[in-house]
Amino acid sequence: MRASMPFRYGAQRSTFTLLLLLSTAIMLIGKADPTLYERTRMAVTDLTVPVLGFISQPVVAASRLMDDIRNAATVYQDNVALREENERLHRWRAVAQGLESENARLRQMLNFAPEAPATYISGRVIGDSGGAFLRSVLLNIGAREGVRKGAAAVDDRGLIGRIAEVGEWSSRVLLVTDLNSRIPVFVGENRQRAIMAGDNTDMPYLAHLPAEISIVAGDLVITSGHGGAFPAGLPVGIVVRGEGELRVQPFLSAGRLEFVRLMDFGLTGVIQDQTLGVAESRTGR
Amino acid sequence: MRDSSWHSIDGAARNLTPSLLTLLLVLFGQLPFALPGQMAVTPYFVLMAVYYWGLHRSDLLPAGVVFLIGLLQDALEGEPFGVNAFVLVAVYWFVASQQRLFRGKHFVVVWWGFAIAALLAALARWILVSILLGMAIAPWGLALEFLVTVALYPVLTVAFTLAHKTLPRSDLGEFLD
Repeated sequence: MRASMPFRYGAQRSTFTLLLLLSTAIMLIGKADPTLYERTRMAVTDLTVPVLGFISQPVVAASRLMDDIRNAATVYQDNVALREENERLHRWRAVAQGLESENARLRQMLNFAPEAPATYISGRVIGDSGGAFLRSVLLNIGAREGVRKGAAAVDDRGLIGRIAEVGEWSSRVLLVTDLNSRIPVFVGENRQRAIMAGDNTDMPYLAHLPAEISIVAGDLVITSGHGGAFPAGLPVGIVVRGEGELRVQPFLSAGRLEFVRLMDFGLTGVIQDQTLGVAESRTGR
Repeated sequence: MRDSSWHSIDGAARNLTPSLLTLLLVLFGQLPFALPGQMAVTPYFVLMAVYYWGLHRSDLLPAGVVFLIGLLQDALEGEPFGVNAFVLVAVYWFVASQQRLFRGKHFVVVWWGFAIAALLAALARWILVSILLGMAIAPWGLALEFLVTVALYPVLTVAFTLAHKTLPRSDLGEFLD
């Protein structure tokens, strides 16, 4: 045994060196041909989907239970708050109905061409790596269910991201908070154009604002539809004032995603390669 | 005869434990468990497994398996391919070569060693991903992940130690100790 030690150690060392070189080669090839890796990645992800779907269920059940316990404690206050909200929403509904009929009448007068109706596909979040570099979630639906790259992902409150990668049985949503997320938006009542850019924090910042801005904290941020990446008018978040810059508190609730709806408007704009489409100088903000 | 073949199957299955546990932790790291209202931070679970088994039973976790598990982690996390493979293999090499330094030492020393390994791993990942994506990435998420990972290492160690006890003794004991 002792005699074989140097040999064993030498063999080990060359194995390690080989594997490190191989990893480096893989990184370099990936840099040269990203699409090859994207396909490989989704193929690997597809394989793990049944396992992830299976083992994520108890986790989801546990977090639901925790929610239930916490909710039980505040059921009275919640009830009061919900009644108030309900009353307010009733008033809003009346307003909305009035506006809707007025809108329909005006559109008719203008011969306005309606937007193509969206199709929806719903999926369950089975993976949320909470990665240090990427803000994305994995869904249990893929090309088989009709998921297309670039589809806008929404939950019940608004836009959460877009489909970045599609596999046969799974797909990856790039969240609006991700470093690579760039979304053309309208801000506030004046519909100021801007780009909402993620930087891996919970609050994306607003870039490419016009010189004179009249944006205040609390303004609503909606998608503008420019560039064809997203349908126009999806709610995204609320403006908050950060340190010397404007940030957006997205409606996306971090870590609370369970079901996600994908809207496919048949738009293919710049989403095919968003980083090229909406060039964004990170240094220039 | 039957007894001995059963015994060898059982032994082989037990010998797979470190690899399977490490694999399981990769998947575990993908689960959507986030505390309500908080930013999701998932510890770098797989690093804990690689460190523990590299220290105690590097004979049962082949470097090739660590490499493949790193690639799987890359695929699932959506990081550039090769980053986790590189980092995990490097950490594994470092740990396996420092066994003598840590074995038999008080747990605090081992934990300290893990913190250093995790710090180096985080730095390496940050540098590699920044180079590959062509921009300096805000390090806060990674810093948080590092802290959570180091804090949780003792908990995972308990689980690893329990699994470790079921394993057949190493035939390399003399080499390792």
